[in-house]
Amino acid sequence: MSTPLVEMRDISVSFGGVKAVDHVSVDLFPGEVVGLLGHNGAGKSTLIKVLSGAYQADAGEIFINGEQARITNPRDARGYNIETIYQTLALADNLDASSNLFLGRELVTPLGLIDESAMEAEARRIMARLNPNFQKFSSPVSALSGGQRQSVAIARAVYFNARILIMDEPTAALGPQETRMVADLIMQLKSEGIGIFLISHDIHDVMQLCDRASVMKNGKLVGTVAIGDVTDDDLLSMIILGKNPKAA
Amino acid sequence: MKTEATEPVDKSGAQRPGLLRTLEIDTRLLGMIGAFVILSLAFNLITDGRFLTPRNIFNLTIQTVSVAIMATGMVFVIVTRNIDLSVGSLLATCSAVMAMTQTQILPNMLGLGLDHPATAPIAIVVGILTGTLIGGFQGWLIGYLTIPAFIVTLGGLLVWRNVAWYMTKGQTIGPLDSNFMIFGGTNGTIGAGASWIIGALAVAAALYGLWAARRAKLAHGFAVKPLWAELVMAAIMSGAILGFVATLNAYEVPVRRLKRLFEARGETMPEGFTAAYGLPISVLVLIAVAVAMTLIARRTRFGRYVFATGGNPDAAELSGINTRWLTVKVFALMGALTAISAVVASARLTYHSNDIGTLDELRVIAAAVIGGTALSGGFGTIYGAILGALIMQSLQSGMAMVGVDAPLQNIVVGAVLVLAVLVDIIYRRKTGDGA
Repeated sequence: MSTPLVEMRDISVSFGGVKAVDHVSVDLFPGEVVGLLGHNGAGKSTLIKVLSGAYQADAGEIFINGEQARITNPRDARGYNIETIYQTLALADNLDASSNLFLGRELVTPLGLIDESAMEAEARRIMARLNPNFQKFSSPVSALSGGQRQSVAIARAVYFNARILIMDEPTAALGPQETRMVADLIMQLKSEGIGIFLISHDIHDVMQLCDRASVMKNGKLVGTVAIGDVTDDDLLSMIILGKNPKAA
Repeated sequence: MKTEATEPVDKSGAQRPGLLRTLEIDTRLLGMIGAFVILSLAFNLITDGRFLTPRNIFNLTIQTVSVAIMATGMVFVIVTRNIDLSVGSLLATCSAVMAMTQTQILPNMLGLGLDHPATAPIAIVVGILTGTLIGGFQGWLIGYLTIPAFIVTLGGLLVWRNVAWYMTKGQTIGPLDSNFMIFGGTNGTIGAGASWIIGALAVAAALYGLWAARRAKLAHGFAVKPLWAELVMAAIMSGAILGFVATLNAYEVPVRRLKRLFEARGETMPEGFTAAYGLPISVLVLIAVAVAMTLIARRTRFGRYVFATGGNPDAAELSGINTRWLTVKVFALMGALTAISAVVASARLTYHSNDIGTLDELRVIAAAVIGGTALSGGFGTIYGAILGALIMQSLQSGMAMVGVDAPLQNIVVGAVLVLAVLVDIIYRRKTGDGA
């Protein structure tokens, strides 16, 4: 645990005078799950979109494996093996699972044409590992359940050897059984040495899955705590009152 | 392993696949073909068999080409949640540029006269460049400056119609280069023998396509349809291709026209000589465009991104797709196809006129929409758009043959467009197939 996988230092983002993220620093080590907590509008999604390349920071620096990184768009982020699973799932509803899995990185034949069969074969291989019950390879993803869609989104990140995974409310739209499936998947990925930022509303999820938690309020970082050192109530008071119980 | 264990249970138990499902025929396509067949048979009945004659089918085909070519591009435009209202006017500008190139610019500047072998190719290249650049420029305004496509192309509707007018000073320009005019239809057909060869090649290509798809599926161990189903599909496709060729080959060149052709060459026509028109070159152009556009839609990254962007623009953006540049490319492609349509349309008229392509934007959009392209984005097929164009043209010329009054014709076409979209909405709701 010498150099962090990700270090975001002093990040600030403003939208027309409103400081959505105000000098926030967070870090993430390999095989670690760090929860990002806070109310709606606390700035956690904005912060994480800076890392995934959807937004650009006005100030601050990002280090990946100790080296300064320049991330100006989602393609740059992918270059650093950063994969993001968005709250809105970011799937094209009209395309099938394998098309979504490979979106932006399609497998092609030597002539440069899309190799549909090879993509489906790979999709079947990875889904067999993540969600063995998944069979709907020829339907558009609009025909899939929330859990199935989530597993397609996760498969996309895993297939391309993500080292850093960002999950934005991965269980928000899921039933209890599917939530458990995603939780198992997170533990599996963690054991493979992947670092995960988990954005969540759900204190319970965070207590169960995370090693550390960073809490934000009004764009500022309230504090980062080790989950082992705090209780649900401590986290709640950080979120609501914006006070770090340790510091107080 | 696990997948193989579950699959046979599914098949033997719950569903026994119906005939259509086994053949993997798109029911939407089947519906459109059905509507087209009923329409044709009805007109044929009313006109005492004049509608389904080789002559009328030949005319119908060459009348459809210009709109059908543009409709394939409009599919991409609409699938990406845009619209292009400027295609009719852009067609006029491209037509004007090509007419000016072959009648004024080339003769005056390079000394290449009309009917010089280089004239037609140069004019066509200049026309396609013009269309691509103007289309790309409109795409840039839409993609990078984020002006809505409706506004950009509504402006374009006025601008390009009048750019054409300004360039030609409102004059009709003709006759055009004779090599250029082979793209017009009747003036450029390849005869019966060559048509059969093309038909045979098309059948071979279709069979190879079916075989290659099956082989690729088998190579990855996916389920394939039963062999008899493949053979039925092969038979249907071959029959359709050869039937089409046979129909067009059955339309013979009128004797008087043949006589004139012989006289022009200083020969006399042998007694009892006949010749068939065969496939028009303009139809071959449409087929080439259709094959290329289908390939682009299904088998290239660009095509995949067009559909992904239409389905969920945010997802496409987050997947690293440059959706702005994609918009430029889609509109540039639309422009290039409009220029190709301009070649066909002006060659068919044998001159450039001020009002060429008027209202084509509406015909093109209607063809794409009747062909199943969803204005909400993400859904649409190339063959659907071409079939849509064919249905529109059949309706129009069928009513003209029956002798329906002009205002009533347009009322019917308008009503059919609205009805077709309603049927499409109901179909999608029933099958749960997209938004």
